[in-house]
Amino acid sequence: MDKIPILRMGNFLLVTIQVDLYDRLALDLEADLVQMVNKTSSKGVLIDISAVSIVDSFMGRIIGNIASMSKILDAETVVVGMQPAVAITLIELGLPLKGVHTALDVERGMNLLKSMIGDDHGDEDETDDDDTFTE
Amino acid sequence: MSFNTLKLLQKQKKNILETWMKNQLSDEGLREDLISNEDLRTQSEELISALVANLSGEDLADLEGDSWNPVIEILGGIAITRARQGFSPRETGRFVHTLKEALLEVLQHEVEDPKQLFEESLKINRVMDNLSIVTFETFIKGREEVILRQTDEIAEISTPVIRVWDGILALPIIGTLDSSRTQVVMENLLQEIVETGSSIAILDISGVPAVDSLVAQHLIKTVSATRLMGAECIISGIRPEIAQTVVHLGIDLSNIITKATLASALSYAFKVLRLEVRKSSSVQKSNSL
Repeated sequence: MDKIPILRMGNFLLVTIQVDLYDRLALDLEADLVQMVNKTSSKGVLIDISAVSIVDSFMGRIIGNIASMSKILDAETVVVGMQPAVAITLIELGLPLKGVHTALDVERGMNLLKSMIGDDHGDEDETDDDDTFTE
Repeated sequence: MSFNTLKLLQKQKKNILETWMKNQLSDEGLREDLISNEDLRTQSEELISALVANLSGEDLADLEGDSWNPVIEILGGIAITRARQGFSPRETGRFVHTLKEALLEVLQHEVEDPKQLFEESLKINRVMDNLSIVTFETFIKGREEVILRQTDEIAEISTPVIRVWDGILALPIIGTLDSSRTQVVMENLLQEIVETGSSIAILDISGVPAVDSLVAQHLIKTVSATRLMGAECIISGIRPEIAQTVVHLGIDLSNIITKATLASALSYAFKVLRLEVRKSSSVQKSNSL
């Protein structure tokens, strides 16, 4: 069975979706990701969907769900690399994905996550140290 | 009776063509700049040949018959070409009407009996009137095609995406925003965002004459799609009247960054990208001056 790998990068989790998602896979991803956020107490989730060319309302909702769930677990979600056609489709479906942060590519997404997490924990020396170790 | 007419037509084909050409060439509205005399003659000859070759006795009565198809085809071809070349409706109409005059003129010479002349004239009249209707139908169709093509071109041309700075795109919208145009605007903008990796897009609507709820909805859609791509979208160029309408219509633009002018949108974009525009302290003379 297909499984989408969830990579840990320091404080963040990195998910790159390389195949077109079907419903089962998306549901599994949702469950795995929430488990992983909990287990690693990550502060941020970065989802790269640059290879996804087809999206439906279900997929849109799953992405929204992941963001809301991560938010409850105190992690920010950034979706990066959305293709123009996918963006238009989501808008036409009436799914503007409120509460999900977006960025053009993985690099910018990482910077965005760092700046967000940095803002939250800027005063704590501990997190800053963690960042330098992991990099 | 109709047999006579036809025979006459066939016999007098050359004569009719000459009279027709004479009529056309003496016409004041002749457009020598759009069509040469030789081309005109070729067109005319083609039409007369088709007319003479395809008609039998019954056809003069039955104007919807199949045997008319070749004639109508040629006439349609001529009308469409004329529409594209920019002939006026009057000039196109004269083309068919001068043929009618030529036919009647020849008929007048050939038929002596007034009663018969009248009957034959009526027939010719009916046939030619039908042909002029066909001409006009195709002429208008040709013009409409031209208009449609131009509309497409305008839609394509009028939505350029400008790269104003590294990472900043501007998209001036001129004219009314309808659904199909929004689609084009959105696609162009998103495509350009991907290609240039820009993180800020400025949508300038100073050229949009009016904003109603539908246009506002289209704008909101474009902004949301840009946000999904990971870029920020600023709407600029909002005139006071538009601000009034938007508020009166109860459209909520509070989630969208709006600026009054393109300049203020640009300075906001600079601020986001942490860029600074400064006056240089020393005046440097450039070499070209």
